[in-house]
Amino acid sequence: MSVDLEKLAQEEYKYGFVTDVEQEIAPKGLNEDVIRMISSKKNEPEWLLEWRLGAYERWKKMKEPRWAFLRYPKIDFNDISYYAAPKNNPRPKSLDEIDPEIKETYDKLGIPLEEQKMLAGVAVDAVFDSVSVFTTFKEKLAEEGVIFCSISEAVEEHPDLVRKYLGSVVPRGDNFYAALNSAVFTDGSFVYIPKGVRCPMELSTYFRINAENTGQFERTLIIADEGSYVSYLEGCTAPQRDESQLHAAVVELIAHDDATIKYSTIQNWYPGDKQGKGGIYNFVTKRGRCIGRASRISWTQVETGSAITWKYPSCILEGDNSVGEFYSVALTNRLQQADTGTKMIHVGKNTTSTIISKGISAGEGQNIYRGLVEIGKNAEKARNYTQCDSMLIGDCCGAHTFPYIEVRNSTAHMEHEASTSKIGEDQMFYCRQRGLSAEDAVSLIVNGFCKEVFKELPFEFAVEAEKLLSVSLEGSVG
Amino acid sequence: MLEVKNLHVQVDDKEILKGMNITVAPGEVHSIMGPNGSGKSTLAQVLAGKETYEVTEGEITFQGKDLLDLEPEERACEGIFLAFQYPVEIPGVANTYLLREALNAKREYREEKPLKHVEFGKLARDKMKALGIDENLLKRSVNAGFSGGEKKRNEIFQMQILEPTLAVLDETDSGLDIDALKIVANGVNSMRDSGRSFIVITHYQRLLNYIVPDFVHVMVDGKIVKSGGKELAQELEEKGYADF
Repeated sequence: MSVDLEKLAQEEYKYGFVTDVEQEIAPKGLNEDVIRMISSKKNEPEWLLEWRLGAYERWKKMKEPRWAFLRYPKIDFNDISYYAAPKNNPRPKSLDEIDPEIKETYDKLGIPLEEQKMLAGVAVDAVFDSVSVFTTFKEKLAEEGVIFCSISEAVEEHPDLVRKYLGSVVPRGDNFYAALNSAVFTDGSFVYIPKGVRCPMELSTYFRINAENTGQFERTLIIADEGSYVSYLEGCTAPQRDESQLHAAVVELIAHDDATIKYSTIQNWYPGDKQGKGGIYNFVTKRGRCIGRASRISWTQVETGSAITWKYPSCILEGDNSVGEFYSVALTNRLQQADTGTKMIHVGKNTTSTIISKGISAGEGQNIYRGLVEIGKNAEKARNYTQCDSMLIGDCCGAHTFPYIEVRNSTAHMEHEASTSKIGEDQMFYCRQRGLSAEDAVSLIVNGFCKEVFKELPFEFAVEAEKLLSVSLEGSVG
Repeated sequence: MLEVKNLHVQVDDKEILKGMNITVAPGEVHSIMGPNGSGKSTLAQVLAGKETYEVTEGEITFQGKDLLDLEPEERACEGIFLAFQYPVEIPGVANTYLLREALNAKREYREEKPLKHVEFGKLARDKMKALGIDENLLKRSVNAGFSGGEKKRNEIFQMQILEPTLAVLDETDSGLDIDALKIVANGVNSMRDSGRSFIVITHYQRLLNYIVPDFVHVMVDGKIVKSGGKELAQELEEKGYADF
């Protein structure tokens, strides 16, 4: 039996392959020339180059944050290449123009780029290292006035929108990694949903890191105009390599009056091997502004990959009656570490936020929930409900919770619940007595534990997430 | 079918079973009675394969196989079912989901095709009707927020679906009112046949009015001290365990 487990453990990261394409890779290191090079590769307007350089100036003066409960070697930012792009025809007009190797990569990942093969009702922007290689269903979406394209394309085609909103949620000097991203971001997705439009399909971006010794710095910007609705999903994978790779993304969401943005993430970056060698360092700034009345932003994340995760998708609830939600499942196995949570900043009246966080630690994994709920002095009758549950599998892992609550208005209503449980021997035995293998029993119990979060995901992805969780748990018992 | 020979079991260095012997032939119903702490539940857990119990001596053979060699799930697939004294709650996992997975694991073990959702749904509804169990019990999380009676009835429902060869009922009657007791007993009686055996662990003779055993064993201090027919249960009810 132990032999089988060994085999499973080796097979467990299915997405670890490397695609052999000719790539254009910038020399390692970061300086103004590199930033100018990236900007000129993308034919960017002068204002954007200036914006990047300004971010770089700020970044140089900043210190890498070390307050997170994470342990990892110092990152040498000059040992990273900041741009990698497939050489052939970086922006194809049709599928026939895409490098077949890249197309095959997405096929292997289960994200076929042919529209007829796609999951019905899901449009995909495929980002390969530093560039977006293809966006599906663009024309169909355009009929409704929905803009869904890579951010580079948006800079060229919709410069006014980009200029108005870029950095309006996460300013370029916001934090160390956001400043770095602002200086060197290469691609990512752009979404604009016009007034009153309910986006007719799920939008999704699939991020793939392929090149070696490069960082991925994508930037996503989603604007939902008055009364609109959009559901957006991102997925991520990377090859299995011995060296760790840096991923520092920024996501900005803006919801106007009565608009709703649902943002779901299934993060499955390469987690590193059993000895903790390799794996993605995932430092991400995600934030949404509910600027309109009764607007709503909902983050759902399933974090199973990466060696290091540092990520706090947040909501600033400015509009009266606006709603912020955060549903999270974070799983750490082997030597993975995750410091993740959210910030809910209540500014407007009658604002409501809900936080449901499920942390699962197995192997020697460390799982940290860190959250801030802030009720401003004018946020009359704001409400927050926080539920924070941790589950431990085995006795070498850890779970830690750091909830911060700041209330400046006495009409606020706050609820906080937290629990930590060890995966019950009795639960395991019960399932096994009924005939389930130990591995199936763990995955059944853990999936049950995460139910409240999974039900927030679009249906197909909920199924995907359950499978992913089972795979990531392989080797955690036995 | 089942042969337990000179079984010694300890937990945390404390010996609980001290040379237990019992032989169960196909089609028989055995009842094990005894005072609190005599080791009845330990026997049930050891048969099912709970790892916290350490078998220090003796052997258990089940249908010609060395039971102690098998993992709990293998024992289940070989046909052993334990109706737990305290069924555990599993939040977020639908009752129907666990049961379908369990049944299909067993079918896979026997190299049979898994049941489809629709087929399983029909099977489950038929069995529930017969047991007088509300259908929404299927959708609820396993045992979560179930009343004591619902938990016990759920165990019997699971037994009916999984159709074991040997079912061990660990104090399934405790905490049941008379109506629930009858439902549980009917559930067991409807499954009695020449190929299936039961070990019914209980404190009270009351259950045995409804599930009539072929043999009654009295267990005291980790051993069977007296065996007899169903009349032994009546005797115990009148005199208690003081004589042992």
